[in-house]
Amino acid sequence: MLALVAAQGLTKHFGTHVAVDRVDLEVGAGEVLGFLGPNGAGKSTTMKMIAGFLTPTEGRAAICGHDVTDASIRARRNLGYLPEGAPLYGDMTAGAFLAFIAAMRGLSGRPARAAIGLAVERTGLAEVLAQPIDTLSKGFKRRVGLAQALLHDPPVLILDEPTDGLDPNQKHEMRALIREIRPSKAIVISTHILEEVDAVCTRAAVIAGGRLLADAAPTVLAAWSPLHNAVSLTLDLRFADAAIAAVGGLDRVKTVRRDPAGPDAVRLIAVSRDGEPILADVGLLIQAHGWEVRDLRTETGALDDIFRRMTQADAEPNAEAPGHD
Amino acid sequence: MISIAHVFRREFTGYFITPVAYVFIVIFLALAAALTFYVGAFFERGRADLLSFFQWHPWLYLFFMPAISMRLWAEERKTGTIELFLTLPVSTAAAVVGKFLAAWTFAGLALALTFPIWLTVNYLGEPDNGVIAASYIGSSLLAGAYLAIGSCLSALTRNQVVAFVLTVTVCFLFNVLGAGVVQPLLGDAVPAALLQTIASFSLLSHFNNIVKGVIDLRDLIYYALAIGVWLAAAAIAVDLKKAD
Repeated sequence: MLALVAAQGLTKHFGTHVAVDRVDLEVGAGEVLGFLGPNGAGKSTTMKMIAGFLTPTEGRAAICGHDVTDASIRARRNLGYLPEGAPLYGDMTAGAFLAFIAAMRGLSGRPARAAIGLAVERTGLAEVLAQPIDTLSKGFKRRVGLAQALLHDPPVLILDEPTDGLDPNQKHEMRALIREIRPSKAIVISTHILEEVDAVCTRAAVIAGGRLLADAAPTVLAAWSPLHNAVSLTLDLRFADAAIAAVGGLDRVKTVRRDPAGPDAVRLIAVSRDGEPILADVGLLIQAHGWEVRDLRTETGALDDIFRRMTQADAEPNAEAPGHD
Repeated sequence: MISIAHVFRREFTGYFITPVAYVFIVIFLALAAALTFYVGAFFERGRADLLSFFQWHPWLYLFFMPAISMRLWAEERKTGTIELFLTLPVSTAAAVVGKFLAAWTFAGLALALTFPIWLTVNYLGEPDNGVIAASYIGSSLLAGAYLAIGSCLSALTRNQVVAFVLTVTVCFLFNVLGAGVVQPLLGDAVPAALLQTIASFSLLSHFNNIVKGVIDLRDLIYYALAIGVWLAAAAIAVDLKKAD
């Protein structure tokens, strides 16, 4: 697979502060890489370097094979970029702004009108084209920023927090749009909303303290969670102690956690010893003892759980997480 | 380069989106006229020339040109649009030149709107229109030099007021290099040759040469160099400071 976005050993120092530390990335067509990390982890700095705005202290990045430093203009032609916070020329109307972007992208006449038309349609901007950008709502501004990035139908899209500040409906639309345009493009989005990774990303990269801690499919990442394939069981308080003893006695169960679930119920979480499914074993126990179960489900391992573990173990990175290969 | 033209167009039309441009032009024209007729004693001099008009330009521009140039880059940096702008397929040089040309054209437009004074002097007498044409050229070159300085200093800060003050200061210094203020200060401390070299960097002395009606190649080269050097410095400043 041809990597449309490639970064090797990307490093950025600000004075003595190391903002990004030897990050390697490759993103091919059809992939959506979700860039995850706490605030200040180096997500935006990495994206700025890939977009050619910041010059890396060390390492290199290329877009469609064009080095972003040495062949900067050619690299930028293949890139649609939404900077953090979606900065826009506020005194221009949305229409004039998109016309300016089209001109800067070398489009004029009919192709320019067609490109603007498609971008406007995809982002639902038709009703606000004549309004100055400053007067638009946050959601519309974000969409103008996205329209600007999509305008020339670039093979590579780098979107820094594209859904930040959008309401749930707008987030849903934005994700649907990303899924729609995904097949032909390499897309990198940053976010700190983990459900977004599940919703649109084919891969997730976790970055903290400037270092890439993991780069894998969201489901693979989730499997690293200690809660992967854990079974959560909510039952009547009367059965709690018996259930803890019985479930905890199963071979494949490592521990059982007990959480309150209302006045007369408890929620037990049976953690799988080796991440193997244990639902069937627990199910047999329930039948055998006749417990009144109110809820029974398998945990897939929440991304935010693994995310917290990785990024909070910052002092000792990779302490528990498998290597990123 | 086509991208220069697009940058120019966005920037130039940008001046007229808000009323600022119109206010600027009106005040500029009013002040230019007031200086010419009241302070410059246009009528009392009884001579058919525009010296009493042009002699104020270096001082009038000292405040008006930095007002035009202060927002060129400082605003882009403040609002963050510089990140959008400079990740478009445009070279930093083209971006700097496009913005500068827009500012210069706007200044030229304000200058061109002083034409009634030229009509007036032609109605009242028979001035040497060659000298007046040369003066207009000199005046716009001076404006260009101020704006190039302003472009560079605007790229150094994200605060427009700081950019304005810095530009006024630097332009003032370049003005007085050749004037009486600096020369006696340095006095005997430096050799006469150095004194003369310093004076030759003065924006004012070259302007005064042109206003006399003599367009000397050396004066033109001086302004071309001044604009070129300051714009090159602006491009370097933009690249160095854009991400701060």
